[in-house]
Amino acid sequence: MTALDLLLEPLQYEFIVRALVTTVVAAIVCALLSCWLVLVGWSLMGDAVSHAVLPGVVLAYVLGAPFTLGALVFGLLAVALIGAIRGTSRVKEDAAIGIVFTTLFALGLVLISVTPSQTDLNHIIFGNILGVSTADLVQISILAGVAFAILVLKRRDLTLYAFDPLHAHAIGLSPRRLGALLLGLLALTSVVALQVVGVILVVAMLIIPGATAYLLTDRFGRMLVIAPALSAVCSVLGIYLSYWLDAASGALVVLVQGTAFALVYLFAPRHGLLGRYLPAGRPVRAEQPRDADVPSPH
Amino acid sequence: MSGATPPPTGPPAVEVADVAVHYGDVTALDGVTLEVAQGRVTGLIGMNGSGKSTLLKTIMGMVRPDRGTVRIEGTEPGAARSAGALGYVPQSEDVDWAFPVSVRDVVMMGRYGHQGRTRRARPADHAAVAEALERVELSDVAERQIGRLSGGQRKRAFVARGIAQDARVLLLDEPFAGVDKRSEATITGLLRELADDGRTVLVSTHDLHALPRLADEAVVLLRRILFHGGVAEALQPEHLARAFGLDGADLLDQEGTT
Repeated sequence: MTALDLLLEPLQYEFIVRALVTTVVAAIVCALLSCWLVLVGWSLMGDAVSHAVLPGVVLAYVLGAPFTLGALVFGLLAVALIGAIRGTSRVKEDAAIGIVFTTLFALGLVLISVTPSQTDLNHIIFGNILGVSTADLVQISILAGVAFAILVLKRRDLTLYAFDPLHAHAIGLSPRRLGALLLGLLALTSVVALQVVGVILVVAMLIIPGATAYLLTDRFGRMLVIAPALSAVCSVLGIYLSYWLDAASGALVVLVQGTAFALVYLFAPRHGLLGRYLPAGRPVRAEQPRDADVPSPH
Repeated sequence: MSGATPPPTGPPAVEVADVAVHYGDVTALDGVTLEVAQGRVTGLIGMNGSGKSTLLKTIMGMVRPDRGTVRIEGTEPGAARSAGALGYVPQSEDVDWAFPVSVRDVVMMGRYGHQGRTRRARPADHAAVAEALERVELSDVAERQIGRLSGGQRKRAFVARGIAQDARVLLLDEPFAGVDKRSEATITGLLRELADDGRTVLVSTHDLHALPRLADEAVVLLRRILFHGGVAEALQPEHLARAFGLDGADLLDQEGTT
């Protein structure tokens, strides 16, 4: 069997092609969003929202409503609850996040256990990329397209929000509204991704690509290209591996992304662990400033 | 230089009336009333925790006062912000210096208020950014990531953002912290120039010895205004003793000026 056969053989199955397309679509939009999440410091929030949507998805399934609607409602509910606990008690944010998302996730599990036709809903937890129907693919593509378009059109405002919300406020933009937009997109994107890798692994697609790209460049504009490209390549590789090894596809997609991160973490030219000490690597510290700064003695 | 500008006419650049801010049980500002004159550099001095940052953030509208009002150039703060009247240079610790933006990107953020909804830069924006970078002498490091600048250059980059924004009121929170003497002199000269252009500059600092060269007038703050007037008078020991809770003359001696 030649290398070309290895690549082409899986493509004769329609479900594999659908899986590849779906995964790449989800990977691209997740990776785009992840660039902002890692810079704002919202990785945990991504974890929380992506888990908290579970009861919403189950209820939507029971009521015959769109998954997206249920997921959005519960994603935003989770954010509101986290904010409320943090703001009105002495409990810190990380604890508030942990409490809210595990409780909502558990509620989702309970709802699944009492809902007939459990097989479908288990796919939401672990993903069912090989079982994606054409209708699913269409729905995922529309949602991903909407999220992608908003992210691209609003990228400069979102970057300003991530970098300097005070300046955003000073020039008459609303940091609160931009934060809400980012959270809404997070809930939307979680729905897209959970059909691919499942609720548990969504957070990987929402963090790893952005974090990996962040180690590769000092330009946000380039992060927005590197992260989706890398994530798409990793996803395709993951699906192929799952075909060849006959192993869990969603988990393999995440595993490949994690491996890519590890390689970049070690070998990135400027910000990698080894890259910093190799002759070709340039130091991460500020270049020797011409007007050398000495802290003034206060 | 100091005090050479004649007192301007028209509404004050910033008008704070009886403002009180509480964080839980802690009182940050208590009945602050202040008028900042247009076209002048005003130094805001006080020790850590005296409410300097809170006052600047209240003027920006980022902190909502429990009592009192703020007006910018005679208008509502919200309208002034939307009109791009307010520029802000943040404290160093409030900035993520590892953020993947270049110096030019940061200065371009000053133009966002002038641009369409997607903030696509037009030739006029590029020109304004280039001019602002030229003015703060950062043109040759414009493509560097913002964290790869020295402390003084970082401050100048944010001042350039205010210049590109064409802000009429510039608020600076501790711009001299972690900045060497030469950069401090450069920034001081720059702020003086901006005031001579008719812009209003309000600088919070606890670096008292820089004040006479920098500011036309001084405000001494300790949760409320202890003194507002000439710089020389503000630096009198009796004012400093009240503001800093120690002998003000010693404080100036430590700074190397007597």
